[in-house]
Amino acid sequence: MNWQAIRAIYVFEMSRFFRTLLQSFVSPVISTSLYFVVFGAAIGSRIDQVDGISYGAFIVPGLIMLSVMTQAISNASFGIYFPKFIGTIYELLSAPINFLEIVMGYVGAAATKALFIGVVILGTSALFVDLSIQHPFAMLLFLVLTCLSFSLLGFIIGIWAGNFEQLQLVPLLIVTPLVFLGGSFYSISMLPPVWQTISFFNPVVYLVSGFRWSFFGLADVPIGLSLLAIGAFTMLCLAVIWWIFKTGWRIRQ
Amino acid sequence: MPMVRITNVRKAYATGFEALKGVSLDIHEGEILALLGPNGAGKTTLISTICGITQPTSGTITVGGHDVVTAYRGARSLVGLVPQEINLEPFERVMNTVRFSRGLFGKPKDDALLERILRQLSLWDKRDNKIMELSGGMKRRVLIAKALAHEPRVLFLDEPTAGVDVELRRDMWDIVAGLKQSGVTIILTTHYIEEAEAIADRIGVINAGEILLVEEKTALMTRLGQKELRIELHEPVTALPTALADRGLRIEEDGQVLVYTYDTSKDRTGIATLIRDISEAGLVLRDLQTRQNSLEDIFVGLVTKQEDAA
Repeated sequence: MNWQAIRAIYVFEMSRFFRTLLQSFVSPVISTSLYFVVFGAAIGSRIDQVDGISYGAFIVPGLIMLSVMTQAISNASFGIYFPKFIGTIYELLSAPINFLEIVMGYVGAAATKALFIGVVILGTSALFVDLSIQHPFAMLLFLVLTCLSFSLLGFIIGIWAGNFEQLQLVPLLIVTPLVFLGGSFYSISMLPPVWQTISFFNPVVYLVSGFRWSFFGLADVPIGLSLLAIGAFTMLCLAVIWWIFKTGWRIRQ
Repeated sequence: MPMVRITNVRKAYATGFEALKGVSLDIHEGEILALLGPNGAGKTTLISTICGITQPTSGTITVGGHDVVTAYRGARSLVGLVPQEINLEPFERVMNTVRFSRGLFGKPKDDALLERILRQLSLWDKRDNKIMELSGGMKRRVLIAKALAHEPRVLFLDEPTAGVDVELRRDMWDIVAGLKQSGVTIILTTHYIEEAEAIADRIGVINAGEILLVEEKTALMTRLGQKELRIELHEPVTALPTALADRGLRIEEDGQVLVYTYDTSKDRTGIATLIRDISEAGLVLRDLQTRQNSLEDIFVGLVTKQEDAA
């Protein structure tokens, strides 16, 4: 294992993050505050409680998941797309490294950034609502796994994308709708039966549900199923990336 | 064992285009090999295949005895690549990007070494500059610094002086000479013949995916030092008169022309006696021409011969 190379990629990617630290920090704080003003204060005052939890607190896990997923995807996809775009990918391809090391460097950095943003949002939320976390260890596990798996997905998107438009396409057309319809801002049990059934085909439901369980001990789906879903999703992404590097699809002629 | 051994390498792209048609070549440790060829000859494909950017369709390549496909870690850690295009991240700082390259090749941090490399390339003062603030020539030096950062034994320079002004070209030649002194094996591609003449130990000519010639530059130069005297006759001859039989004359153009090859570096070229003997043999001269071989002639000759054969 070429640890030096993994470290080099990780440090290089993180330095980009630190260059724009203010932006990385301020933008999630502002957007989270806006969500609380709109959903928490304006709309939430008309919805008393969901499953015995104040609506403001109820949306916190979903809000974190929403940002973490989109940030993980955009960081990781940009991280690997940019070298392709400006041509510096030649260095990665001619270096004595394998696919796992490249992935560990890029995905590790993207996941770290997403994790940082998740923690910032959690901190900001605590300013607005009373939060109790019943299972802190499980909360952290879900958060880290989500950061990792969605960074893997972002990495695949970055390799697939042939231009900047395509880079935005999958997050915009697939991921954002799945996240919004995944129970980020409501409980699945609030939906009519038909939509409940349809919702269970949305993988994001399992992540948000599991994550919310770690806060309040309440879930739309059993916690074991949530873990299984995120585990399976991670493995699927890894398998796709392994295939990409094995065949050289979109990177090596 | 040569530093780089290329054995019968073919590379066909998905489009069916065959960029390399069975290339075999040995590159020896410590030499400078210039690969000369027109645009699209396969120079960059050959380099990319050695460095791992593309995979050969068939054939094998070893670097320092390591196969570039099956033992890629060993092979690639010996190789530094300076690409033709200026591929650099514009917002990054010089020192950071060079440090990244070293780490990527698995070498531990060594800023003292990087300082030496940057000083050698006159980049030390620019170490904290962003890449986008540098001139084109400086950017090319950054590419070289990145390639040298992991102390490669073999350095590939793909068209290092393409689109570079004359002064910078001389600079680049000095840098290459300096690298050779430090024991690095250098392979450079170029389509400037004078560049190959100026810095290479050996010269290889490549065209349409085939190596046409690989020769010591000095041997090529000896051929360059030769001149031809073309003697046009009034009446064509079918055979040489016996008096002229052992003078190394060649009959061309259906006996209309006699060609005499001689070495300009020698004291006596033998031209005067030859002319006298020709008229004594009863042949009448119509015209005389002398012509000097250049590397360009050899090159053009090889390339057109290959095209005629195709």
